[in-house]
Formats: sequence, structure tokens, C-alpha cells
Amino acid sequence: MEVTEIKVQELRYQKHQPKDYKSENAIRWCPGCGDYAILTSLQKAMAELNIEPHQIAVISGIGCSSRLPYYMNTYGFHSIHGRAAAIATGVKVANPGLSVWVATGDGDSLAIGGNHFIHAIRRNVDLNILLFNNKIYGLTKGQYSPTSDRGFVSKSSPYGTVEDPFHPAELTFGARGTFFARAIDVDIKNQTDVIIEAAKHKGTSVVEVLQNCVIFNDGIHNRISDRNWKADNTIILQHGEKMIFGKEENRGIVMDGWELKAVTIGEDGYTLDDVLVHDATTRDNTLHTKLALMDTADSLPVALGVIRNVTAPTYEKEYEKQIEEVQARTPKRSFTEFLLNSPNIWEVK
Amino acid sequence: MPTNPVVTDIKQVTIRFSGDSGDGMQLSGTLFSTLSAIFGNEIATFPDFPAEIRAPQGSLHGVSGFQVRIGAKDVYNSGDKTDVLVAMNPAALKVNAAFLKKGSIVLFDTDSFQKRDLDKALFQTLDPFAELNLDYVQPIGVNITTLTKASLTDSGLENKEILRSKNMFALGIVCWLFNRPLEIADKLLEQKFSKKPILVQANIKALTDGYNYGNNTDMTASTYRIDPIETAKGFYTDINGNTATAYGLIAAAEKAGVELFLGSYPITPATDILQELSKRKDFGVKALQMEDEIAGITSSIGASFAGCLAATSTSGPGLSLKSEALGLAVMTELPLVVIDVQRSGPSTGMPTKSEQSDLNQALYGRNGESPLVVMAAASPTDCFETAFTASKIALEHMTPVILLTDGYIANGSSAWKIPDMDDYPDIKPPYVQNKYNGNAGEWRPYFRDEETLVRYWGPAGTQGYTHRIGGLEKDRLTGVISSNPDNHQLMVNVRSAKIEKIADFIPEQQVTGDKHADTLIVGWGGTYGHLLEASLRLNANGKKVAYTHFRHIYPLPRNTHQLLKKYKKVIVAEQNNGQFAAYLSGRFQDLDNIHKYNRIEGQPFKVSTLIEEFTKIMEEK
Repeated sequence: MEVTEIKVQELRYQKHQPKDYKSENAIRWCPGCGDYAILTSLQKAMAELNIEPHQIAVISGIGCSSRLPYYMNTYGFHSIHGRAAAIATGVKVANPGLSVWVATGDGDSLAIGGNHFIHAIRRNVDLNILLFNNKIYGLTKGQYSPTSDRGFVSKSSPYGTVEDPFHPAELTFGARGTFFARAIDVDIKNQTDVIIEAAKHKGTSVVEVLQNCVIFNDGIHNRISDRNWKADNTIILQHGEKMIFGKEENRGIVMDGWELKAVTIGEDGYTLDDVLVHDATTRDNTLHTKLALMDTADSLPVALGVIRNVTAPTYEKEYEKQIEEVQARTPKRSFTEFLLNSPNIWEVK
Repeated sequence: MPTNPVVTDIKQVTIRFSGDSGDGMQLSGTLFSTLSAIFGNEIATFPDFPAEIRAPQGSLHGVSGFQVRIGAKDVYNSGDKTDVLVAMNPAALKVNAAFLKKGSIVLFDTDSFQKRDLDKALFQTLDPFAELNLDYVQPIGVNITTLTKASLTDSGLENKEILRSKNMFALGIVCWLFNRPLEIADKLLEQKFSKKPILVQANIKALTDGYNYGNNTDMTASTYRIDPIETAKGFYTDINGNTATAYGLIAAAEKAGVELFLGSYPITPATDILQELSKRKDFGVKALQMEDEIAGITSSIGASFAGCLAATSTSGPGLSLKSEALGLAVMTELPLVVIDVQRSGPSTGMPTKSEQSDLNQALYGRNGESPLVVMAAASPTDCFETAFTASKIALEHMTPVILLTDGYIANGSSAWKIPDMDDYPDIKPPYVQNKYNGNAGEWRPYFRDEETLVRYWGPAGTQGYTHRIGGLEKDRLTGVISSNPDNHQLMVNVRSAKIEKIADFIPEQQVTGDKHADTLIVGWGGTYGHLLEASLRLNANGKKVAYTHFRHIYPLPRNTHQLLKKYKKVIVAEQNNGQFAAYLSGRFQDLDNIHKYNRIEGQPFKVSTLIEEFTKIMEEK
């Protein structure tokens, strides 16, 4: 008996490996697709978090991103276009003990599924949404998406689009989101880090992964993903730390009136003291919005890492709490007993 | 006025309370029907209200009515025409004039039948009864507004609140007319306004004064007594169809030992189901008001994936929005109960009016070969039975089930004997761990039970059975995505065969009426009460008619074909253009005896019309 018990103990504390989260299914993404890196990062993060595979549910919609659940040795649901966030809400509320993930894309979540995306965030259901943003519809072979820049030429916009894109961060904050992080597909280390932070956050976590579509939108994120420019064109924000970036690590973000500005420390009178310290936990999302919208076009680095991470009540916990409160003040009874105690009851003798 | 009122015994009576949508007619009607039920009468109610919450005062389109039929026995529906109309304004009289029986009593508030009130209801003269040629009714004018004001002068209520009690004064007169004991009404009012004692007192006073006014002035030739029914012993309550549907789901979840989850979005006339289940946190019910109809059903599919009895409630337009997700539930073979409280369509149609026109949508409204179970409830209390059975089928056969009710039975109520849940069958979902306990490695996600063809249920979180499902076609065993031609054909067949097999688990179709009948009346859904009464009356008139009413629409009971073949004429009566008739003809192509009766007015069938029309069909050569 004792021996068995020790074995159980060992099993319980056994550290999971990324391979424990890999399914046997053959992966069908195009060779070179950014999605492979996201899958790898996710499996690494899960191993790091050491969640039991059967306690994980990965829900997806439609699109290249949404094939991901098939490659996970967890519970997985490849659903219909745009609806993953709503399905995941049902899963999480039904069983709050599950670690629930949503794999989705810019078309899936920001076009056809926009409503579910913002409402899941507004409710703050404890979901981890991995938003694969390649600014294109890949699986339907190359139409512009809601994140494609104005003027973008695609098969469905041969003369360029005449509409502005969504920024996922703005939508998230507009929906009063409590967690937003950004990563690039090529940077597995940072990606794994933010995925871990997303999982730890209680509430809806949105992780925007800037992902390359090697076939229909190759190089769309080059200005930040290319290793020649990456260090100067991106900044990895760390809560509680100075906003420093650049190859030489001598550049910083400062406030200039109401605007953010990238400066070189030691030049133009700027010192390290002027550089902002990142606070991901402040409820006011004004600065988080500004950070998330930083763009190389405005001579600012694109922000990566955890931009916002705020504590707030989660929907499913609040729901359970309400049930517990009601049950605490109502006697436990069968359905028949309940009916027999309802108003407007009479007896025929 | 006559001086010696006599108490006349009658079997049944139909009363309609009618006024502005803010006049409290729904409350008067509900109280009257509930107290009649408690008194021991059979009841059937029909709230008939406009879609507008508060239409302009006194206008024709703002008229709200509550019809109740009470009787010693055989009350199968809310009645065609009224014996008593309470008309709080001229518009109420005008709108209901066509539904007044010869000799019926019209109790009206003289204070609100003045020139300006008549103008609002577009009367040309000062005598609305003459203008409507209502020389066959007994108008009884009472200055209800004045009397209510006098009654409540010292009540401590504001003038506006006093005026709102007019409905209680009117109800008091009706209670006197029908010899209703006021104590029951008092108790109901105490429950209704338990948080505002001042309103309880005022309402009871207005009610009592109304009753006494009737008694003291002897305003009609006779009052009526309807004796209590002799029914099965036990405890009773009155219940409407939506509440009964919600209760059926709760009862089924309790039987199955699973949590109940409802994902829904407010829509007339289905919203009460969401509201009722939102209250039932004492049973741990998780009822979520989602952001739209699609989220309503998809959150439920998610909850089903995680092991709940999952349901979604809606009406026709909402079901349209749920179509794609229904296909997903078919493909992933997850249990799901979809309640469609049908209303008049197409599009927004007439939201507060009833119809049976969503049958085709329920049967066919999805892309691909997408079979699922379709059922229909017959009456307010039958909503409980069908919701329970729909849940049982969904959970045991791993399939979405669409349960069709309609606005008429959803809002209408009748007396309900509180069930003993021990009398109901067990619900045993096909859990994968029960089948493959200890041999999880042998199991694949699309392995099926050989008898039922049902795939096993491994809710997310179950140790040892991690798997992936989705909307793409799956390999028949492993569940891996597959576009293999043979596999697809096989899966199409097996999804269909699985549903057809459910016919082995439902009762055979029963027939009532004349044993030697050559004509069979066929109905389904909320028209039950009217069709039953029509068939009984035809039998009483010596007509050789039988009647059958379908609860199970897809699959149909095993004996359906054989049954329909036996009759010379089969009359399928429904509130649509012949959807069930076409369905039967399509499934049983040798049938050449199908006749149709269709009315789509947004109003319940009229028994008298049914009898006429059925007789015509029977007499045709």
C-alpha cells in the first residue's frame, strides 16, 4: 500500500514536459508559418505552469489559427467562425476548474466574432485568448482583414482598402479588458513568458501574437520581427521596470506633454530619471493605450510584453459566489420539495 | 335593474379582462384565474397583449387583454368567444366586439366612456354599443373610476396609485358575479405585494368594495356558480408554459445528476424561461444572458462539452441566428436542448402573437445533412413533460433536440398537479468512463454504442479521455479530421440512423375518439386544446372522427405510417401553411388521404370554425 501511495505522490508532482501537451495529429500548417512558434510557446508555457492536460480546454473558431486545438493533447474544440470566445465562456462557467484557452485570428475574433470577443472581455471570464494577428485571411487564400492597414492591397481589395483597421489593444481596452500582452512569433522566449503571465492572470487575458503568413502576407511584421531592426523597433515592457530598449539599451520612453516620445538617454538633456517606469497594474488604461499604440511610423518602438495586467473580479467566480450565497440562505431541497413550497399551491383531498 | 338575483349553475364560462396596456388587466386576469384554480375549477388562460409596452392611452392598438376560461371540467382551451367582457375603455370594447357571445355581459367603466375616450377609439357617436350593433349583449355600466377613488380616499395612496387600483374594483365585481371567495384573492394579493403592505391593503379594499358594490346593487339578472372539479388528489399549482419548460429542464438535470446551464438572449415570447432559470440559483442553475442569440447557443454548446445539461431558449428569429451553431452541435454530437417558443413570422412578424410556422426551420433550417430531434409541447403543463423528455433524449442520445412550444401555451396557464419525480424515468448519459473504465487507451472519440449508435460522452476535465472535436468531418472512429469520401458517406448515414433509432425509445402514437372513425384529425404542438374540444364535439354530434396529437415530430413514433393509412381522410390542422402535412406526405409518399386545415392569424384556433371546416372536409366526396 505504501509503495502505491508514494507512486501517486510522485505522479502528482511530476513535472510536465512540453511533449505532454502534443497530440499525435499531423500538423497541417504551411511550412514556415508563424503558427508553429505559437504552438511551441504554448506547450512550453503549459509545461512551465504544470497544468494537467485533461484540465485544459483549448477552444478555437475558424481560420489557420483555429487548427491549433488538434495539435494539443488536451481537451480541444475546433468550432465555427468567430464563436470561440462564447463557447469558451460556456466551458469556463460550466467548469471553472478548467484552464480555458482560445486560439483565434484577426478575422475570427475581430470581424465575424467581434461581438463575442468584446463581451467575453467585458465580463472578465477567466479565458486566455491567443489572438494570432497576421493581418490577412489565410485559409480563404488572401483577403484583407480587420487589422489590415488602410490602402492594403489584397485579392478582395485590388485597389487598396478604404477603411481603417482595428487595433486589438484598443478594442480590448474599450471593452474594459484587464490583461493585454503582445509578442512576435519569432521570439519564443518572450512569447512563452507572456503566455505564462496570461495564464496566471485571473480574468480575460488577450495575447496578441504578431504572426507571419508565409504565403499570403509574408513579411508583414518584418520591420519589427527582422533581427536587424527588432531591437530598435520594439520594446519589451516589464512591470515595475524602466522602459528601455535598443541595441545599445540606451533608448527610453518619456512623456512629452501628452505624448510618448522615444529618446536616447544622455542626449538632448534626457537622463535615465526621465524614462518612464512601466506600471501594468494601474486601473486607468490611458497610458496602456498609448503604449499599445506605439508605432515605428511615429518613431516609437512597438510595445511587446505585458502591457496591462489589472486585478478584477472574474465572471465565473462571481457567478459561483452568487449561487453559494443563494444556497446558503435557502434550505437544500429536491425539486418536488421546491414545488410543494411554491406560492399559489392548493390541495385536492 | 332586476331585484332578485338567482345563482345559476353553469359548466364553463369565458371571461376577458381588457383595457389599456397599463390598466393592470394581466394582473386582474391572472388573479382571477389563479383563484378559480385554487377554488377548484379547471382553467385555461390566454394573455393577448400588444408588443408595445405602453401604447398611447385609449388607442386601439394599445389594448391588452387577458382571457380566462374556467369550468367544472373539460376546459381544454381558453375559449372562442367571451361570456363576460370587462372593458376599461371604448377601445377595449371595439377590439373585442367580434368575440362577444349572444347575451354576454359587458362590464364597462362609464367614467372612461366619455366623448374624448370615444374619440380616441375612433367612435363616431356617443353610443358605442349601437355603433357596433351590439344589441345582443348586456351592457353594465359602472362608474369604476369614481368608485375606486371614493373607496381609497383614506388609503394614503397618491391619486395616480389610486387610479391604478381600478382593476381591483373591476375584479371585485367579477368575483361577485362568479361567487368567488375573496379570501383567496386577499391571500394572493398579500403574496403579490408582500413588500408594500400599503398596496396590499388598498388593493384588498378596492376588491372588496367592488364585490360589495355588485352584491348591493344586484346589477345583473343572475350570478354564476361553477362547481369545483373532482380531480385526482394531490397538490396543485397553476403554471404557464414557459415556467413549466424551465421546470422540466431543472427536473431533468436533477434526474441526470448534472448541472443545468442555459445560454440565452431576451426575445419575446421566450424570455420568461431565461428569467425563471436566472432565479433558480438555489438549484445551482447557471443561466447566462449572453450578448446575442449566437452566443446563447454557443455558450451552451461549450457547457455541454464541459458536462452540463445545456439548453438555450429563443423564438423564431433567434432560431434562425442559431442555425449554424445547431449544425455544430449535430456534427460534434453533443447534448443540447433548444427551446423555440414560436411566434408569428416571418422576420419580426407579430412578436406577441402565436403561430406554428417554425416547424420547417426546426426540421430543415441548417446547411448539410443535419438531422436532429424535433419535439412539440401540447399545453402549458405539457411543456414540463416535453422539456423533461427532450432533455432525456438529448443527454442519452447525444444530440441537439429542438423543442417547439408557442406563445399561446408559453403565456397561457392551467392547473398542474405537482409531479412526484420518483414517477419519472432515470436519465443516464453515456459517459465514456462508465464504458471504458480502466481501458481508456482503447477508446477513440467516435466509438459508438452498438445499439443506439451514440458516441460516448467524455466531458472536458475527465481524466484519461482528452480528445478534440469540431465542426469538420471526422474519421468514423478516431475523430481525426477526414475528407475521405467513404468515411463522409458513412458518417452522414450514421448521424441520420442515430436519430432514427430514437424512435425505438419513444411511445407509439395514440388515437382518441371514435373507434370506427374514417376521418382522423391530426395536430401537433399548442393547438391541442382546441383540436381536442373540436373532435369531442364532433363525436358528440355523431361524427365518426378520431384524433391524434404528435409530441414527437422527428423521429416520428414507429406506428405513424400504419396509423395514418387506416383512415379515409386525415385532416392535418396547423397554424402554418401546411408544414407538418407536407412533412408527413414527404415521409410517407403512398399516402393520398392528407387534407389540410391552416389558419395563420396570430390567434388561437376557434373551435366553432374547426368544427365547420372539418365537417366540410368530411362531407367532400
